[in-house]
Amino acid sequence: MGRILKSYNYEPGKIFRGYTGKSLYINVGDLRIEEKEVTQLMKDKFIGGKGFDLYYLWKAVKPETQWNDPENEIVMSCGPLGGITQYSGTGKTLVAAISPMTDIPVDSNAGGYFGPLLKFSGWDALELQGKAEQEIVVFIDGNKGLIQIETAEGLAEDSHILAEELTRKYAEDEKDMVNVSVVSAGSAARHILYGMLNFSFYDPRRKTVRFKQAARGGLGTILLDKKIKALVVRFKGINPNLNDVADIGLINKIGVKYHKEMRDLDEKQNGMRKIGTANTILVMNKYDLLPTRNFQTGGDPEAVKISPQVFIENFLTQGIHDGCWYGCTMSCAKTADHFKLLTGPYKGECVTVDGPEYECVAGLGSNLGVFDPQAILEENFYCDTYGIDLISFATCIAFIMECYQRGQISQEDMGGLDLRFGNHEAVLELMHQMSRGEGFGPMAGLGIRKLKKVFAEKFGADPQLLQDIGMESKGLEYSEYCHKESLAQQGGFALTNKGPQHDEAWLIFMDMVNNQIPSFEEKAEALHYYPMFRTWFGLMGLCKLPWNDIVPADNHLTDIPARVPEHVQNYVDIFNGVTGMQIDKAELIRQSERVYNFQRVFNLRMGSGLRQHDKPPYRSMGPVSREEYESRQDLYDKQLREKQGLDPEKMNLDEKIAVTRKYREQQFELLTDAVYKRRGWTKQGVPTLEHLAELGMDLPEVVEVVKQYL
Amino acid sequence: MIIVNTQEHPWHEGMTVQVLLDEKGYIFRHIIVRVNGEYVAEEDWARRMIRDGDDVVVLHLTAGG
Repeated sequence: MGRILKSYNYEPGKIFRGYTGKSLYINVGDLRIEEKEVTQLMKDKFIGGKGFDLYYLWKAVKPETQWNDPENEIVMSCGPLGGITQYSGTGKTLVAAISPMTDIPVDSNAGGYFGPLLKFSGWDALELQGKAEQEIVVFIDGNKGLIQIETAEGLAEDSHILAEELTRKYAEDEKDMVNVSVVSAGSAARHILYGMLNFSFYDPRRKTVRFKQAARGGLGTILLDKKIKALVVRFKGINPNLNDVADIGLINKIGVKYHKEMRDLDEKQNGMRKIGTANTILVMNKYDLLPTRNFQTGGDPEAVKISPQVFIENFLTQGIHDGCWYGCTMSCAKTADHFKLLTGPYKGECVTVDGPEYECVAGLGSNLGVFDPQAILEENFYCDTYGIDLISFATCIAFIMECYQRGQISQEDMGGLDLRFGNHEAVLELMHQMSRGEGFGPMAGLGIRKLKKVFAEKFGADPQLLQDIGMESKGLEYSEYCHKESLAQQGGFALTNKGPQHDEAWLIFMDMVNNQIPSFEEKAEALHYYPMFRTWFGLMGLCKLPWNDIVPADNHLTDIPARVPEHVQNYVDIFNGVTGMQIDKAELIRQSERVYNFQRVFNLRMGSGLRQHDKPPYRSMGPVSREEYESRQDLYDKQLREKQGLDPEKMNLDEKIAVTRKYREQQFELLTDAVYKRRGWTKQGVPTLEHLAELGMDLPEVVEVVKQYL
Repeated sequence: MIIVNTQEHPWHEGMTVQVLLDEKGYIFRHIIVRVNGEYVAEEDWARRMIRDGDDVVVLHLTAGG
């Protein structure tokens, strides 16, 4: 049992129209616990969720703050719509901190119950600052109005055991376990920079703790650096109107309509309820988008071995409700139950694996040259329980593998690991090394940006090649799409605030297949609208998937089907129904723009956020190597003829690669110009004072930062 | 020759919408087809003939990821 270091009683804030009106500050260094008022300015300008996270983070840090300084905060909030149970995907927690990967604010989101239970316990947001002297657990009991900071001795390291231990400890009985949620990292997060956060929820049907992840940017690494072993919240009494919404009838009506769509259409559309996001593996493979062997190519004939059907027929439990928050009929959080592990400290045990999601199969599968579903699920399990950001791990190891393949580093440099493409035994051993903090594990856990420096300085690797094939931007690894043939998506990854994660924009079909946005201005419009629209989910505590992974049957009759106008209207109506405000679709985008531009200025304040920081590696834009060019020679030769007026017959391969590169890099610069202009930024990527004033975000502290760059 | 999503594509006798989708490798389930601006429902793809010179739009819907 942990020793209680601090106990604090509070009167839970009464929730009114989506807000409790209070946030919780905990300094784990000096054990201070304070309650803060959520002001009208916060609600007007920052809305909630990621907006509240960034607001508090800005106040907590200085421009010179490093990720492991005590003043860096982990901030969490679920937003005003978070926790409603009438619509799908309403249980997200948004998390932000200064990232060890990028040295700028990172935001990441997770399902699971923590955020809504935190709100129902009385808190619109939670700030964690300082560094504890010894490992602790922070426990919030929303029914008793009690916060306790306890020592963490005797607790397990890895999340699948730790979260189960803590759920049992803090639940009053077996039935109460569904009312407890745990946030934890895992053993590897102590030794790597891309450690992630697991958010738990107890599944009474399977009688096990399950997880969703706020995975990007090293949040788990920060949690353990603060010596916080886990956060636990308990709240009993979920009901359909804990948010005390303004118009419950309206929300019920929208919810019923949406659930009917889900019931009738999911089977015909994406099949989310059978396989979740991994439904797209063979589609990505067919459209040359499935990243294979470090994004060198966009598919492989072996992809059939990791098809959705393989997972459905052999691994994934079907016919059980799989939502990660109450009321979600999309139910895409699949599991492989009774999965027997073949390696590592839990070898021989049967566990529940949450997943695999698309990013898992593409990242830990094809991008590492692994086409073995058993191995992918085992990698999935260990990433989760060890607290490893699966996307950063996959993209980073793919980079290491290619460096090894191209003779830039040796087996000896990797501590004897034979990290060739396809060697899943070596991949799993590397994960176990990360968990133990041994061998090549900690070095591989630095992430691509730092590894490029290490490989060049220590092992004599070619810096230019490393720059070209290292799929990172701003220090964050790319998520798992081979997008060389979509200029818009090159921007969708590189012209982002936190780094190349597809949660801002996924424009590949619209751009590359549909040819709907051929001009720079059209691409720029898409790179304005979609990042702003999708930012809104992060302000509200919502999941993106119910927006467009299922669409109304008559969506094709609408003016812009890709935006799914009826669902956008649903969101406007739900916001109005919860808060009692009256926004429209245009104001929805405005709400996001305020926070989006604030985050851009936050990057500037931390010494980033300029055009020079928005550059992609060339592997993102086009063929780096001869093999890559030759793999799609017909396409590239055709582009030379049609786009540049050149005759490929008169050029050797190296010349063709060089002129293709020059052209594509120019195209990216022109795209950048157009996007910055559309977003109201200067050519250097700085929001103009006029634009900030127009948005109502010309706050004195914001203007002070911006003026330094104008 | 026909136009598919603003790009030229060779036409041949007996080309239906489904044949065209197969030729293009468009296996995504979440798509909308319009021929010369006219919506073609999925149940008609196998019998709706495409004529030389037609303008076909095959809209892949996901802007998701």
